Amino acid sequence: MSHTQASGPPDDAPADVVESAPTAVVRPVPRRPRQRFRPHLLVFLLPAAAVYTIFMVYPLIDSMRLSLYAPVDGVRAFVGLDNFVHLLTDDLLSARFWNAVWNNLVFFAVHFFVQNPIGLLLAALLSSATLKGRSVYRTLLFIPTTLSVVIVGFIWQLVLNPIWGLVETPLLGQSSTALITLSLMSVWQYIGIPMILFYAVLIAIPDELLEAAKVDGANGWQTFWRVKFPLVLPTIGIVSVITYVANMNAFDLIYTVKGALAGPDFSTDIMGTLFFRTFFGFQLQRGSSTMGATVATLMFLLILAGVLLYFFVWQRRVEHYEL
Amino acid sequence: MSKPLRWVAPIAGLVLVLASCGDSDDPREDTEAPDNGAAADDDNGDENGDVDGNGDDVSGSLIIESWRNDDLGIWEDVILPAFHEQYPDIQVSFQPTAPDEYNAALEAKLQGGTAGDLITCRPFDVALDLFNDGHLASLNDLPGMDAFSDVARSAWVTDDGSDVFCVPMAAVIHGFIYNAEIFDELGVEEPTTEAEFHQLLQEISDDGTYAPLVMGTADQWEAATMGFQNVGPNYWNGEDGRQALIAGEQSFADEPYVATFEELAAWADYLPTGYEAITYPDAQNLFTLGNGAIYPAGSWEIGLFREQADFEMGVFPPPLPEGQDTCYISDHTDIAIGMNPNGGNSEAARVFLEWVTSAEFASLYASSVPGFFPLADHDVQLDDPLAQEFLSWRDECESTIRNSYQILSRGEPNLENELWDLSAQVINGTIDPADAAERAQDGLERWYEPQQ
Repeated sequence: MSHTQASGPPDDAPADVVESAPTAVVRPVPRRPRQRFRPHLLVFLLPAAAVYTIFMVYPLIDSMRLSLYAPVDGVRAFVGLDNFVHLLTDDLLSARFWNAVWNNLVFFAVHFFVQNPIGLLLAALLSSATLKGRSVYRTLLFIPTTLSVVIVGFIWQLVLNPIWGLVETPLLGQSSTALITLSLMSVWQYIGIPMILFYAVLIAIPDELLEAAKVDGANGWQTFWRVKFPLVLPTIGIVSVITYVANMNAFDLIYTVKGALAGPDFSTDIMGTLFFRTFFGFQLQRGSSTMGATVATLMFLLILAGVLLYFFVWQRRVEHYEL
Repeated sequence: MSKPLRWVAPIAGLVLVLASCGDSDDPREDTEAPDNGAAADDDNGDENGDVDGNGDDVSGSLIIESWRNDDLGIWEDVILPAFHEQYPDIQVSFQPTAPDEYNAALEAKLQGGTAGDLITCRPFDVALDLFNDGHLASLNDLPGMDAFSDVARSAWVTDDGSDVFCVPMAAVIHGFIYNAEIFDELGVEEPTTEAEFHQLLQEISDDGTYAPLVMGTADQWEAATMGFQNVGPNYWNGEDGRQALIAGEQSFADEPYVATFEELAAWADYLPTGYEAITYPDAQNLFTLGNGAIYPAGSWEIGLFREQADFEMGVFPPPLPEGQDTCYISDHTDIAIGMNPNGGNSEAARVFLEWVTSAEFASLYASSVPGFFPLADHDVQLDDPLAQEFLSWRDECESTIRNSYQILSRGEPNLENELWDLSAQVINGTIDPADAAERAQDGLERWYEPQQ
């Protein structure tokens, strides 16, 4: 990275020089001799860039473009930001939308506050030197992550079923408990991801550090909080932002367990299910691709906002240590 | 790697890319239509209603899009073989999607141009919108359509009645299926009035061995379809009330609708514990395992229940509210089949649709899918006693269809979705019957002019 920065024009280059003599731009002398451009780099980059552009960037931009259109007298016409204004000001639609956003944030909060601590705890236990059968536990704990969401939804629906299951309370049927229950089901499934990431950090900590701590008289608890935890902290950030993106995009678990109407009383309705109903329609309700694209664009913007917050607030503040 | 070979990879890549761009003929496509042009003139020859013979020189293969994945075996083993026997040159395959996903999947396939030639039609607006978008062909001149009355066609015609675009296949009727052995054991009888119904539920509940009423609200639609639309017609006097809502003469906040919701709310005491989280398959299993006495049903359940339950079953129509002597049933036009004009094989599709209008199809369908009652005027014999009982109500009671299906679910909020949500909530006890009725009315008033 560093040499490309150095070879660019400096920020304080006088603008008039550039304008008056465009063919002879004054360039600072590179600190290092400029490396010859290597064409094979293009060959390596091109396939990924092309595939990513065709299948990710273009559809994303096109779906944002679609959100600026609406059917007017049966013909799709450009309407500017009307769809967004309608979605955010119409009392019915905006209530549904904000309800979905709120449920999404609750869904994420449960993951953040339950998945991270438990994942860290499991990783700490797994990395303890005295543990026997480590790889067995690690495998067992990671297995749910590899299962299909449909299977997870089905198993938990049976476990929580008031007729044939273990609990009589209809946890998935009450608006007060359904969303939390679904979130915990999802935590159960994906706990392996933060666990493995934390585990990778913990086992990479050099023994010298831990020995030094021991020599300094720190007990296990102090060693964890003063030595290991600061080293894990950057990974907590990464795990959280991955979880945030996955949670804001969530759809499959809710759809599998509660259907697209996400009942009772829309208490489990998240942006994914709202988008599904809006875009594809539901039963007698007809889908609207333009309004669906509007919901999708707002989803994208919310996710983008969260990720930017992570990059500019968390990642700049948290200290990284070279081991 | 040795340098002399470094050119191999890019060249191999280039060759692969070029190969994939080739416009080679898929040999499978050649078998499709040897010569459709010759068959075109014969199309008019079918007017005499002679189902064998005239279509013989039409050939091709057709795909039926449907949400009835439960019926896959019946189509493959009974209905389609009967068709293939008469028209060996037309190969039809039945390719259902899950009911929940059908509308969305079909729409996507139609827009992408990959949908099958024959489209199973949902009633009313979903099919009407497909017709308006040019995804369903007009069938006004299809020979055999005169076997269907206006009522039978009503779910698949334009608002002004000028175009019909699907061949009606079947209607479903609502009622209550019960476990006759439990009734014998407890010494109770079929109720005819609502008071008797409640007393019956109380007796089963007092006995304590069985769940009196088997239904859950987790999937929401049962509450609306098997609850609200099942008992409701008795309160709003069937077609009278349905038409009055459409005309704006009645409001959802009126007494009949509040009373329907109140009746639903009364069910809560008799449903199994934790009914809020009981799904549709749970309820079906609970009943067929013999753990519940009465199942608020649609006639479509007969097939599955016959397969899974090993006890005698009986059925009674929605009990009459206090002081009423005319009974009303929901006899809902539910399923039809139409033609995708862009399917590429219209000749063959029309031959198939014409066969669907025949008496042969009606009797095949009615006897292999018990609980789906034919809409054609042909005389059809039903074998199943439960199905016969359901069908006999057409003579004793007034028929109507679900009140949210025609016109009233065109706006936002969607009335059908609202009724799912509200009916489930009324039974869950999270909303008052009167408030639920009020909310349904508010929803209608938002967009439906006659109600404003």
